[in-house]
Amino acid sequence: MAHSEEFQKLEGRIFTKSFFILLAVVLTGFFFVGVRFVKGIGAVSNMSDGYPWGIWITYDVATGTAIACGGYAVAILVYIRNRMQYHPIIRSAILTSMFGYGLAGFSVMVDLGRPWNAYNFFVPRQWQANSAMFEVALCVMAYSTVLLIEFIPAILTSIENSKWTRMNAIRNWLHPRIAPDQKTMEDKLEMVRLGAAWLNPRLNKVLIFFIVLGITLPTMHQSSLGSLLLIASTKLHPLWHTGFLPLLFLLNCIFIGYSIAILESLISSYAFKRPFEIKELSGLAGLVPYVTVIWFSVMVGDLIYRGQLAAAFKFDFYSRYFLSDFLLVAIGSLFMFSGKLRRSPRWLFISAAMIVFGGALYRFNVYLIGFNPGKGWRYFPSFAEVMITVGIVALEILAYKVFVALFPVLPNTSHGKSHGHAPAAEPVKEAGYAGAAALNTHN
Amino acid sequence: MKKQSRRDFLKLVGATGAGLVATGAATCQANEAVKVNNEELGMLYDATKCVGCKACMSACKRVNADYGSLSYEKARFDTDGLWDAPSDLSGSTRTLIKLFKESNKQWSYVKYSCMHCQKPSCVSVCPVSAMTKEPVTGIVDYNKNTCIGCRYCQVACPYNIPKFQWEKALPQIVKCDLCKNTNLREKGISACAEVCPAGAIKFGKRKDLLEEAQTRLKDNPDKYIAHIYGEHEGGGTNHIYLASMPFNKLGLPDIKPEAPAEFSEKIQHTIYKGFIAPVALYSTLCFIAVKNMKKHGHGEDDSHKKEDK
Repeated sequence: MAHSEEFQKLEGRIFTKSFFILLAVVLTGFFFVGVRFVKGIGAVSNMSDGYPWGIWITYDVATGTAIACGGYAVAILVYIRNRMQYHPIIRSAILTSMFGYGLAGFSVMVDLGRPWNAYNFFVPRQWQANSAMFEVALCVMAYSTVLLIEFIPAILTSIENSKWTRMNAIRNWLHPRIAPDQKTMEDKLEMVRLGAAWLNPRLNKVLIFFIVLGITLPTMHQSSLGSLLLIASTKLHPLWHTGFLPLLFLLNCIFIGYSIAILESLISSYAFKRPFEIKELSGLAGLVPYVTVIWFSVMVGDLIYRGQLAAAFKFDFYSRYFLSDFLLVAIGSLFMFSGKLRRSPRWLFISAAMIVFGGALYRFNVYLIGFNPGKGWRYFPSFAEVMITVGIVALEILAYKVFVALFPVLPNTSHGKSHGHAPAAEPVKEAGYAGAAALNTHN
Repeated sequence: MKKQSRRDFLKLVGATGAGLVATGAATCQANEAVKVNNEELGMLYDATKCVGCKACMSACKRVNADYGSLSYEKARFDTDGLWDAPSDLSGSTRTLIKLFKESNKQWSYVKYSCMHCQKPSCVSVCPVSAMTKEPVTGIVDYNKNTCIGCRYCQVACPYNIPKFQWEKALPQIVKCDLCKNTNLREKGISACAEVCPAGAIKFGKRKDLLEEAQTRLKDNPDKYIAHIYGEHEGGGTNHIYLASMPFNKLGLPDIKPEAPAEFSEKIQHTIYKGFIAPVALYSTLCFIAVKNMKKHGHGEDDSHKKEDK
């Protein structure tokens, strides 16, 4: 199997110290989710009629899905630009996208006041095509499904090669009276294995059409996330309110997507003590400045066209936030422009982080900071509100850690394609970082 | 090789962008200009006649309490809860009288309630058609049975009218519906207009209200600011105002004559006209991707095609 060679499972224990720390954060978040459903949104959040969208929409949906655009950006690169050398990083990118979007969907259900009516999205009589929200909702739901389909091959491969050790362990642990018969169970599991073996190649044949759908859908809804605020012409500050919001949001998610793919790869290499995929990453980093330059040109050109350039240099509240997001992305791009810095993991990390923060700040500017509903309204997220978001992010990291151990997601380091690095099998003697320490590689 | 690929990439980004740029720049194409319908129902509030008795507020709540699940709001000083004392429009209050006092001589009352726009933003943005505009009466109505509670209407409304019941586990949006299901159906007039003892609220068709407002302006030019608020604001509203003080001081925002919903729909419509652009994008990308896969299938060994056999 070609895929099982290209990708590998991460060896190591799942239930580590960091697992339980993350779990505690997740449970705290879900406690407040419970409070929200019993006592109403007002009981946990500082949102108001002036600021009806708080950090759940701004971070979890508008920014979180951009950060989850790694899968989108890498898919463009691999399948459209035909750069197959980046294929090894695609599965982890898709996995993080899957969690990012899935959990954005989850926090929408927390945020919606009347979630039991959400089925109306599937009732054609209720459709309202003028609404950017309608487009975003359908597209995000469709894309989450597509991401799941894109990830299924990893699960199927894992079933095909499974020795069912965990399953058998559970069987042996159960009381003999309720435990299923050894033979029957083996037969049934064999059938599942055969089913997976039957499905896998067939799915792989048509997978490309889902992958392309997975490129089309984000193009649509990421631009529509910008369109959402077009209507707020009296509330959004003129620095950000422009007819080009859809285009700016689309470009923004592409450069965030590449940068986050770099960050994720660097972090997981570090945490899981695997060699850095520096060649692929510096190639990715080389692309980012081109996208950001287009973004800057549209943004600045539009400001000049609307005569708002002076507002950017007033150094008032709004101008300062505008300049910070601009400079973060600009300086990060400059670092990435340099071929030398691009080949250093440290500088890659710094510049990618700057671009992700700058790009995310842009989205915060549009959704919250530049949004002024009128006199007397103020918004700063409450502790419970923040904890719900943090809990959701923690769940994302937790699920990622579990998935990379259960399924072949990470690039296979012994799959000898131009990796001039130390073999991963060698245990690295370095402690301190909780995640790394907890996931000690044996073998 | 590297240069080539960068150019390809830029081409791709350019292509996706080009469609959007075109839409941003495209102006009057596919623009269904808002036709003002003066036959619709509305109200004229004359701030110079208002005496601030708040009879409209209590009538509104009395009549609509059951229908909008409205409750009484306690003031901080009123621990017994004897009075209904809302300080702002809220999930329990659909209409509100406020006093704006600049000095002892310069002051004005002002009434807040839904403006019933000719081209309402809330209707334009609601993803599940829970906000609707009745074609004949022009009433902007809300249906809690389809509402998902996303609060996009609140973000969109330039007057901050739709309110959400933050404190309830099963919340809904609350806004004025001209007593459509209550007083209007029973008596043919909204409750606030019916009870106003000072004649400050006039209920009727928009054309009659505009005529009346113009007459008042002509007869007493010194008394009023020479402007009918709502005649042109945001594409025109059915709830219009006369006052002796600048409207933005009374909490009514300055809004351009173009309806905000027109601007956003123009862009959204051009991008998604006939759903052509997304389909075209998908087919183009499919073509490129399949071609790439084929090319690749003969070259290296980690292709998907290889797995079939």
